[in-house]
Parts: sequence; structure tokens; C-alpha cells
Amino acid sequence: MTKQIIVPFGPQHPVLPEPIHLDLVLEDEKVVDVIPTIGYIHRGFEKLVEKREFTEYVFIAERTCGICSFIHGSTYCQGIEQIMGIQVPERAEYLRVIWSEYSRLHSHLLWFGLYADSFGFENLFMNAWRIRERILDVMEQTTGGRIIQGSCKVGGVRKDISNEKLDEMAKDLDTIDREMKEMTTVFLNDDTVLHRTRNVGVLSREDAYHLGAAGPTARGSGVAIDLRMTGYGAYDRLNFHVATDSCGDCYSRHSVRAQELFTSTDLIRQAIKKIPDGPVDVKVTGAPNGEFFMRSEQPRGELVHYLKGNGTKFLVRSRIRTPTLTNIPPLVKMLQGCDLADVPVIVLSIDPCISCTER
Amino acid sequence: MGFFEMTKTALRTVLSRPATILYPAQAAKRTPLTRGHIVFDGSKCISCSICQRKCPAQAIVLNKEAKSWQIDRFRCVMCSSCVDTCPSKCLSMDPVYTAPASEKGVEVFTITYVKPPKPEKKEEPIQ
Repeated sequence: MTKQIIVPFGPQHPVLPEPIHLDLVLEDEKVVDVIPTIGYIHRGFEKLVEKREFTEYVFIAERTCGICSFIHGSTYCQGIEQIMGIQVPERAEYLRVIWSEYSRLHSHLLWFGLYADSFGFENLFMNAWRIRERILDVMEQTTGGRIIQGSCKVGGVRKDISNEKLDEMAKDLDTIDREMKEMTTVFLNDDTVLHRTRNVGVLSREDAYHLGAAGPTARGSGVAIDLRMTGYGAYDRLNFHVATDSCGDCYSRHSVRAQELFTSTDLIRQAIKKIPDGPVDVKVTGAPNGEFFMRSEQPRGELVHYLKGNGTKFLVRSRIRTPTLTNIPPLVKMLQGCDLADVPVIVLSIDPCISCTER
Repeated sequence: MGFFEMTKTALRTVLSRPATILYPAQAAKRTPLTRGHIVFDGSKCISCSICQRKCPAQAIVLNKEAKSWQIDRFRCVMCSSCVDTCPSKCLSMDPVYTAPASEKGVEVFTITYVKPPKPEKKEEPIQ
């Protein structure tokens, strides 16, 4: 038997945007086992819920993640609305869908950049981030924030988008679509990309299901789970299909995300077409008394916000389960048996968001 | 399949202008909604301290006795929750970001609002 050695990967590593530590057990160049460690950026958000009014906690819930912040905020708000039995105006529901899908676009494009960077394709990295900049501009024009939008509140949304602006956004999406098409062509066809991603980090359908993979990691292995299909918010009035791929390797995972980019732009177009006129918020009186599990689809997979109130302005319990946490066991499975040089690509292929994971 | 999928995009990028701007020589992109920093108008503040209660970052401290309103710019998360809830509209959001500072500290403003005297009730002659 070859002598086993342990190589630490992270918490500080060039491909990792956030700190996670992996102990790679190697035999020669092959990874035989992985021991993950998290806990570098725990911030105690779930405890903070007891100290802030439930209406103010939206801003904190949003800051759980630096990338999919809007979806965290909207999921929290929807959870509170379910407890209190608030019916949000239809226009607000559509606006939430529009901003959620813009968040998804921005998150996926950011990930495509980091992913290209992980296999050393700097040019593609810059290209993905240049397209992302257009999305961020729209975010800033409509909400006032590039990354942390802060436009969601219990009972609706804080800002309305004028119909002229919505039309302009729809027109702008055509340019974004064209540019994304050029970018995804490279990701799906270029030999350099194929060499580094095909048959790397394979996760079988059974493993994906049993280890609890979520989002594009599960869909890349052929498990068609997408929480948007449950029709929360305005998603039940929009048509889309779940993008899947069956191979379960890194290529499948990025091809799923490439398809999702276009699903998102399509959803935004549909929402802009169907959005009704009317108010964007309702007045919230009273305080939540009860508990609710709110589930929604983040760019990385299923997000669960558990909220419990006791009739006062302060919630008694909040529990956030994020997709990256459930994607760590599949990641360990993928890494077993791979080459050391492929570790960065595989780690990036699950789109790790450690801030979410530790809250 | 191909090695040169990127060529078209790369060539166009080489020939076009840079996608980035030369900040700070060129001004940063701003929109009317951009949340830069909170501006306080002491002449309108009625010392209700709603802003202090509604601040999720606890960056605002209002002292009624000393007639002072202070904000910790390093704690402020620019959520504009105080701007939305201020009843006297003495707070507003400026799209310009604050300049970087080398020391942490709070900014203190004086409240100069004077409550206007109540109009005297005219005694109606008893008939």
C-alpha cells in the first residue's frame, strides 16, 4: 500500500472565495478521502433574530449571503407572511420573481467566472464578469443596491419599477442573452474546458439522491428537483422547465447552469409581460404567532427558512438551512478517487457559498 | 468542438474600449436610487427616536437631553430603513458614498428643531 499523506486545502486558497477547510488524504496523486471542516465565518444570525424586530430582521436575513441576498430576504418575508396570513399584492409577487431571477443570473455568472478561473481560463473569467456587470447595473437602477438589494419587506416590496423601466429591461435582456450565448458556447464546446471537466468528479444519480444534493449539483446528476416548480410566489403563473443533465460530472453541472441562465431570462420576460398594475405592498399590523418552514429555490439549490414567533415583535427561533451545507457530503463523494489537480475544479463545481452555510 | 471558440469575443474585446472605468479619475456609476450615505437635517428632527429603534445595525443613537443625533458610519449598512420610517422626513439618502477614513468614530449632529408654539385659542364669547 502506498503511504498516505494529508494535504490541507483551504481555508485560504486562490480558488476559494470563502473559507472552507478540506483535509485531502492522498495516495500518490489520487485523493482517497476528504475531511471537510467548516466554522470559519459563523456570525450568529440565527440568534440575532431574538434581538431585532421581525420587520427589521429582513435586512439581516438578506446579509446571510453576499451573492443570493435577495432570495434570502424574500424567503424570510414569505415565511413571515405565511405565519401572519398576509396576502401580498400580485405586482409585488411578480417584482420578487424578477429580482430573484436577476439574482440567479448574477450568481450564476459570478460562478461561471470563478469556475473558469479554477481551471485557469482567465479570459473567460473576465468575460463572464463583464456580462454580470450589466445585471448589477439593472439591480442598482431598480433597487439602489448592487449586491444587497434591500428591496423586499414583510408585506410586499419597498420599491416599484415603472412600466417604462420594465420594457427597457426586457429590451436589455436581448443583448445579455446574446452575450451569454457567446460565453456558454465556449463553456460547452471549447476543448480546453472539456478536457478539465468531462468525467471529472462524477456523482451518480443514486448518490446525489441519497446524499441529499441540492440545486444544480442534483440536477447535473439527473435528479430533477427545482423548488420553483412548487409554484411559490408568482412562479405558478409562469412557464418553464427544469434543466437537467445525466452524466453527473463537472461538465454536466456547468451545462445545467448554462441552461438555467436562459431559463432565468425567459422567466423575467414572461414576468414583465404578465405583471399587473397595482400597489406593491400592504400594511402589516400585529406580530407573527406560529411557525413555518419556507422553502425556495436559490441559485445553489433548496433554501429553507424555519421561523417561529410567539406573538411579540421578536421571533423566538430562526433556522436557515442552505444548499451548500447539503452539498458538502456529495462533494466529499465526488472528491474520492479524483486527481489532486482536479480538486479546485470539483470544489467549485458545487458552487460553494460558505457564508450561507455557517450563517 | 474547437480550440478557438473564444476568438471572436476576444478579438472584439481587444478592439473595443475597456469595460472598466478609471476610478477615481472618472466618477463611479451612480443612479438616483443608489444608497450612498445617510444625510441628517437637524432643523426638522422632532427627537422621536424611531430611527434608533428601526436601525437593524444599531448605528444611530439619539439623545433627547443633549439634543444630539449621532451615527456610526462604520456600523451603518445603508438599508435606508430609518429614511423610510422617519415621520418628519429629516433623514435622506445621498447617492454619494462616504470617503474612506483611517479612524473609526461617530458623527454627531445637533438637533436645532424648535417646536413651534401652539396657536393660542381664541376664547369665544359666551352667548
